[in-house]
Amino acid sequence: MRSPVIAAIAALLTLVLVLPASLRAETAEELLAALAADGFNEKIAAVERIAASGDDRLVPALDALLAGDLYVRKDDNVPVIGKAQGSTVVLRDALSGSEIGQAPAAELEKIRINNRLRGIARGAIGGLTLFSADPAKRRTAAKAVFAAPQEGLYEVLQRAIERETDADIRSQLEMALAADRLALAAEPAERVAAVAMLAKFATPDIRNLLGSVAQKDADPAVRTAAVDALVDIEKRLALWASVGAVFQGISLGSVLLLAAVGLAITFGVMGVINMAHGELVMLGAYTTFVVQEVFRTRFPGAFDHSLTVAVPLAFLVSGLFGIAIERGIIRHLYGRPLETLLATWGISLILQQMVRSIFGPTNREVGAPSWMSGAFEIAGGLVLTYNRIVIVIFSLAVLAAIAIVMRKTAFGLRMRAVTQNRQMAASMGIRTGRIDALTFGLGSGIAGVAGVALSQIDNVSPNLGQSYIIDSFLVVVFGGVGNLWGTLLGALSLGIVNKFLEPYAGAVLGKIFVLIAVILFIQKRPRGLFALKGRAVEV
Amino acid sequence: MRNTFRAMAGAAAIAATTLWGAGAQAQETIKVGILHSLSGTMAISETTLKDVMLMLIADQNAKGGLLGKKLEPVVVDPASNWPLFAEKARELISKDKVSVVFGCWTSVSRKSVLPVFEELNSMLFYPVQYEGEESSRNVFYTGAAPNQQAIPAVEYLMSKDGGEAKRWVLLGTDYVYPRTTNKILRAFLNAKGVADADIMEEYTPFGHSDWQTIVANVKKFAGAGKKTAVVSTINGDANVPFYKELGNQGIKASEIPVVAFSVGEEELAGLDTGPLVGHLAAWNYFMSQKSPENDEFIKKWQAFIKNPKRVTNDPMEAHYIGFKMWVQAVEQAGTTDVNAVRQAMYGQKVKNLTGGVAVMNTNHHLSKPVLIGEIQANGQFDTVWSTKGLVVGDAWSDYIPESKKLTADWTYPWVCGNCEKPKYAN
Repeated sequence: MRSPVIAAIAALLTLVLVLPASLRAETAEELLAALAADGFNEKIAAVERIAASGDDRLVPALDALLAGDLYVRKDDNVPVIGKAQGSTVVLRDALSGSEIGQAPAAELEKIRINNRLRGIARGAIGGLTLFSADPAKRRTAAKAVFAAPQEGLYEVLQRAIERETDADIRSQLEMALAADRLALAAEPAERVAAVAMLAKFATPDIRNLLGSVAQKDADPAVRTAAVDALVDIEKRLALWASVGAVFQGISLGSVLLLAAVGLAITFGVMGVINMAHGELVMLGAYTTFVVQEVFRTRFPGAFDHSLTVAVPLAFLVSGLFGIAIERGIIRHLYGRPLETLLATWGISLILQQMVRSIFGPTNREVGAPSWMSGAFEIAGGLVLTYNRIVIVIFSLAVLAAIAIVMRKTAFGLRMRAVTQNRQMAASMGIRTGRIDALTFGLGSGIAGVAGVALSQIDNVSPNLGQSYIIDSFLVVVFGGVGNLWGTLLGALSLGIVNKFLEPYAGAVLGKIFVLIAVILFIQKRPRGLFALKGRAVEV
Repeated sequence: MRNTFRAMAGAAAIAATTLWGAGAQAQETIKVGILHSLSGTMAISETTLKDVMLMLIADQNAKGGLLGKKLEPVVVDPASNWPLFAEKARELISKDKVSVVFGCWTSVSRKSVLPVFEELNSMLFYPVQYEGEESSRNVFYTGAAPNQQAIPAVEYLMSKDGGEAKRWVLLGTDYVYPRTTNKILRAFLNAKGVADADIMEEYTPFGHSDWQTIVANVKKFAGAGKKTAVVSTINGDANVPFYKELGNQGIKASEIPVVAFSVGEEELAGLDTGPLVGHLAAWNYFMSQKSPENDEFIKKWQAFIKNPKRVTNDPMEAHYIGFKMWVQAVEQAGTTDVNAVRQAMYGQKVKNLTGGVAVMNTNHHLSKPVLIGEIQANGQFDTVWSTKGLVVGDAWSDYIPESKKLTADWTYPWVCGNCEKPKYAN
C-alpha cells in the first residue's frame, strides 16, 4: 500500500520515537505523525507523548481523533482533519487549522480508535486545555483529568487551581488534583490526605474511585480511610437516589398521563372503548417525523423549532382521523360496547398496516432539538434529563388546556351537557351529533399531541401505539372514569409505585404487581379513585 | 389489443416449447418458501429479509435459474404470531410443495416450526444469531451460535483493549434467547473467576420503554470501584428507548461500554447515534467491512430496494450465504430432493461478504469470523477487533455441564443432533 521509501522512513521514525522522550524533544509534526500508527497500543503511546509534551497546538488533532474526523492521506501518510461531504472530504491542516483543499474519500484512511484510546485522549486534551480561556473547556478538562490521571500533571494542576476564578471549576480541579495524588503519590500519608479531600464531595464518580482504592491500594491506612469515607458518601447518595426515584416516577407518570388523557375524553367522558387510541398517538409521532423531514430538507437552521410546529399539526392530523372514525363507524355503534371494541380494534390494525406500507416497517428517526438533549446533574449523581423534564411540564400543560376547554368554553359546556344528559341537551337545541364528533376529535387530537412527546423517548414505528393502549386504559379506569383529576392522580401514582417497585421486583414482576394491585383496587372501588357523583353518568 | 396479447402469448408458448421440449415442463419451477413476518412486531426486522431473498432469487434467475428451471419465491406472512408460523410452514411444505424454506427470526418462532419441518422432512435456513442448544436434521443455522458472538464479545471486554471489565451487567428481554445466552455467559464468567456478586442480571418485557430506573441502577452497580461492562441481549423495539436513555444520562462508552448482540445497522437507522459512539456490537458481518463481494452486495441491494441509503446487516449476509450454499448443494446433488441436498450441504463452501470463506459443518452450523465493532456517529460500525480465522459454530455450549456432553454431528457414525454416543457405534 505504501511506497518502500515511506515505509523505510516510517521505520526510521519509529526507531527514533522509541527513544525515551527525555532524550530529545519531538516536534509537533512528529507527534502528529505518530497518531497514524497501525496498532492501538502505538496510538496510545503517541497520545501519551502528546500529553507529556504539553503542546496545545495538538488539541484540534486530538479533538478530531475523538470525533472520528482525523484521516491519514494515503500518499504521504500525514494525518489531516477532514469533514466528509458525500464522497469527497474537505481537508484542513491538523496543526494550523487552515484549509488545504479536498480529496476523494478513497484516498484517505480514517484513523480508528477504541474505547481505551478514547479515554486516554480525553485525559490528554484535558491536561492540555486546563488553562483555556473558555470556562466550559476548563470544566471538561478538569473532569477528563479526574477520570484519567497522568504523570507530570501535579504542578500544572496546582497552578490551575491558583489561577481559577470560578468556584465550581475550582472544586472540580481540586477533585482532579486529589485523584491525581491518589493514583500517583508514593507517600501513603499523601494518599490518605487525598481521600479526606475527596470525601467532601459525594458524587458517584468519587464513590467509584474510592471503591477501587478501598480494594486495591497497597497501604492498609489508605484502604481504611477510603472505607470510612465510603460509608458517609453512600448515606448521602442513598438520599439523592430516593429523590431520583420520585422524579423517575413522576416522569413515567407524565408519559402515562399524556397517553391516557386523550382516552380520558373519548372513553372517560364519551364512554367509547377506542382500541385505536394508541394508533392515533402513533399518527402524531409520524406527523412529527414528517415535519422534521421537511425541516431537515428546507430549513435546517430552524430545526429546534420543528416540535413547536409538529404539536398543532399532530393535533390536526389525529383529530381529523378521529372525527372520520367517529362519523364513519363509531356513531353507528353507540350503546354497543362489544361491537365498538371489535370495530376500533380493526381500525387500529388498518392504521398500523397503512403506516407500515407508507413509511416502511423500520423505525423512523425523530431527532431531539438541542434544548431537549442532555441532562443536568443536581447533586449526588442525581441526573435529570431535559427531555423528561420537558415532557413532565408539557403533560401538565396539556391537562390544564383540556380542563380550561371543558370548564370555560361554550364547546366544553355543550360537551358536558351532551354526555350528562343527551336527550335534554338535544331538546335544548344542541346538535348532539356534531358535539360527539368534535369531542371525539378533541380526544384524538390530544392523542396526536401525546405522540409528538412520545417520539422523543420511544421509537417511531408502526407498533408505537400498542405499547401504550393497555396502560392508558389502566390509568383511566384506576383514576375514575370521566374525571380528569383522577387521570392525573392515577397516572402519577401508578408511575411512582412502579418506579419504587422496580428496583426490588424487576421490571417484569413490578409491572405484574401493579396490575394485580389495580385489579384488587377496582374490586373495592369499581368507579376508581374519583368516582363522578351525580345521577346520570351511565350512558 | 387483446389479439396482440394472445399472439404474443402464443409466440412465447411456442418459444418455450422449443426451448424446453415439452410445454408442460416449461412452466415447471423450483419453489422457494419465504417465511418472514411482514406485519406485527417483528415486521421491522423480518420484512428486510424477505426483500433480500426476493433479490437473491431474482439474481439467480437472471443467471439462468437452477437445474435449468426458474426459481419461484412463495412468500407467506406469519404476522409475528408464533403458532401461525407452524401453520404457514405446513402450508408451504404440503400445499405449495416448496423445496426449501428460508425464514424465522425469533427463537420462539423457530421452536414453533421445528416439529413441522421434522415431521414433513423439509429444510429450513435460519439466518439469525441465536442461543444454541439445538441441532435439527432439518434446519441449517446460518446465524451465529453463542461461541461465535457472545463468548468472544465478553472475552474482548475482558482484554486490555476492551477495558478489562471486572463487573458485568447482563440486560435482556424476557424470553428464551436472552435467558439461555445469559445462562451460558454466567457459567463462562464464573469459569473465568468472576463472582456472582459481580454479575447483575435484569430482564424486561418486550417493547419496554421506560429505562430510567434500570439505567440508573446500572450506574449505581458500576460505582463499586471495578470496571463495569454491560452485555445487552435486549431485542427489537426496546433498544431505541434504551440507547436514548443511555445517551441522555451521559453514560460514555469509555466508562461503561455496552456490547449488544441484537443491534445492527438496521436498528441504528432509527436513532441519533452521536451520543452512542464507542458502544459495541458483536456480529459476523458489518456493512462497513471492505471486500469486493460486500461492495457488490451493497450496490445490488440498494438498487433492488431503490433506496441509496438502505443499510445491510448480519442476518442479510446469513441469508446470502445460506442461499448460495443451497444453490451449490442442489447443483452438486442434481436434484432438489431434501435428503440428497442435505448430504451435499456438508462441507459446502461459499465466499462470505467479509473477505473470507464460510463452511457448512456437519452440526448444521457455519464457520464464521467474529467481529467486534464500535458504533460511529454515522450509524455504522467500525471494526475494532476480529478473530484471526474462522470460528466453528458450536451447537452445544461447553460452559453448561449437561450440554458439554452432547455432540451434534449428522454424518456417520454419529447421525445425531444431541447424542452422548454415536448412533452407529461398532
